[in-house]
Amino acid sequence: MSTTVVVRKNSGKKKWTPGQIVLTALGTVVSAVWMTPLLWALLTSLKSETEAVEVPTHWVPQEWTGQAWKALFETGNITNWFVNSAVVSVCVTFVVVLVSALAGYGFARTEFRGKNALLGLVMAGLMVSPAVLGVPLFTTVQSMGMVDTYWGMILPQCAPAAMVYILYKFFQSIPHELEEAAYIDGAGRWRVFFTIVLPLSRPSLSAVGIFTFIASWNNFLWPYMVTNNPDLMTMPNGIATVMNSYGIQWAQLMAGGLMAGLPLVIVFVFFQRQIISGVAHTGLAGQ
Amino acid sequence: MSVLDTAVAPAAVRPSPATDVESPRTRLTRRLQHGGWFVAPFLVLFALFVLLPIGRGLWLSFTDANISGTGERFVGLDNYREAFGNPLMWDALGHSAYFTLLVVPCIVVLAFLLAMLAHHIERAKWLWRLCFFAPFLLPSTVAGNLWQWLFNPATGMINHVFGLDTPWLTQKSTALLAVVITTLWWTVGFSFLLFLAALQNIPDHLYEAAALDGANAWHRLVHITLPMLRNITGLVVTLQILASLQVFDQAVVMQDFGPGPEESTRTFVQYTLEEGFTAYRVGYASAISIIFFVLIAAVALGRMWLLRKREEGVR
Repeated sequence: MSTTVVVRKNSGKKKWTPGQIVLTALGTVVSAVWMTPLLWALLTSLKSETEAVEVPTHWVPQEWTGQAWKALFETGNITNWFVNSAVVSVCVTFVVVLVSALAGYGFARTEFRGKNALLGLVMAGLMVSPAVLGVPLFTTVQSMGMVDTYWGMILPQCAPAAMVYILYKFFQSIPHELEEAAYIDGAGRWRVFFTIVLPLSRPSLSAVGIFTFIASWNNFLWPYMVTNNPDLMTMPNGIATVMNSYGIQWAQLMAGGLMAGLPLVIVFVFFQRQIISGVAHTGLAGQ
Repeated sequence: MSVLDTAVAPAAVRPSPATDVESPRTRLTRRLQHGGWFVAPFLVLFALFVLLPIGRGLWLSFTDANISGTGERFVGLDNYREAFGNPLMWDALGHSAYFTLLVVPCIVVLAFLLAMLAHHIERAKWLWRLCFFAPFLLPSTVAGNLWQWLFNPATGMINHVFGLDTPWLTQKSTALLAVVITTLWWTVGFSFLLFLAALQNIPDHLYEAAALDGANAWHRLVHITLPMLRNITGLVVTLQILASLQVFDQAVVMQDFGPGPEESTRTFVQYTLEEGFTAYRVGYASAISIIFFVLIAAVALGRMWLLRKREEGVR
């Protein structure tokens, strides 16, 4: 399994063949359709609340106004939620990358009693999610006294069997020779792990990190179960519950939604290459 | 819920290859293999937040526990008996299954077509990727709200553009369909990227050889591209089935956390949470969670079984 999928650089001159013209036109139309809902959200957020619900509806605001965005920051908890989302996703990502790298390496490269049995258990864990076992997970977290806390939100997202599995497959594909040379030079296992294995695995680790971050930033279900304190909510959670609860203000809701999506769009634009090779990597690992 | 939260369906698990003859090198490696510690931090978290809830759920499913978590009584198989005899459970399961049946084939076909398009256009490749993938970057609840707004019969854009006056979200015949459309738009980007990556992984020389043999575009599609995408298609189908069965977020947001017109959009996850957190019947909710877990596990194991069978067939 190759770990890097080359996002091809266009080399040399490209000709406008008839085929390319048709394809590009088609691509433009489909992309435009795909983007329309987002554009509609943006335009709605720039209308006043009364204009947003006017019938008949229209695309472009007759009167452009930043009122909804202003209200969003002034009256709501949105900055709070944004910070909560950031804290939760950064912590989850950090713990997941560290813990699953260690475990993936442990399963791929070391021997200990009961390893295969444990690996089987991890495989079973692939099928568990808050959607499947939400109620028992909640009572477990409740019995640990972590309902309505950051810990309760973060820790249950930190045992991702899928990420361990992906890194396990990856570490298996690294040639043994690289490590052995270091052992002969007298390095210990931990040193080899941190100075040789980890740097080699940067693409896989960043793929795991980026995906964990996306999943955690967008996670609605678990924060929804574990807290109903508006001060502790994350973005998806606050928008879906508080902003939906008493008479939806559509312009504000659209502004909030765009704000929730924005950080990830920025992440995607900057890390497009890593994300695509990451998808390829995780995907091909699961084939 | 998103595909990211769902398990990557595992390929067959193979233990690391056993060495039969011990060379000096393997002796050296073995001496250094004492690495249970590497696995320990993960195992602690895994035990607390995966194994413990499974065990607890299994125990609670045989009790009449309520939300307080104390004073439960053992009731044997009562909860399971009730669940299997309860039309509400079958309805909820039916909605989730129907949703899955609609979403999965559409996503696979759409993702494949978008990937072919993005793969074959030579210019501005980043732009197509960004456009098709962007919706996936929104939280599910935001996607739900956005389409709730688009489907609004009076002020929504969909009726306006197509000149309809369909009450999409308030009539039984279209409510779940609206959730399906929302989900397609929102999640197709992930499968799209999987297909795109697989397309880029097909070696060019296959196409070059076919071109030399005079194969036209259709032949190349049918005899090279599609066969080379077989594995990734299997993966996409499995991931989508697992994720779609667990649908919850968009559906509840679009119906303001209610069960939809004539209770037609109550999904299985929603039913579990209503029993657990609204009716406070933790014992019963645990029982239906366990039933759901078994169903999900059956899908994942089915894929593993298919993969293993195929591998044996290849040998």
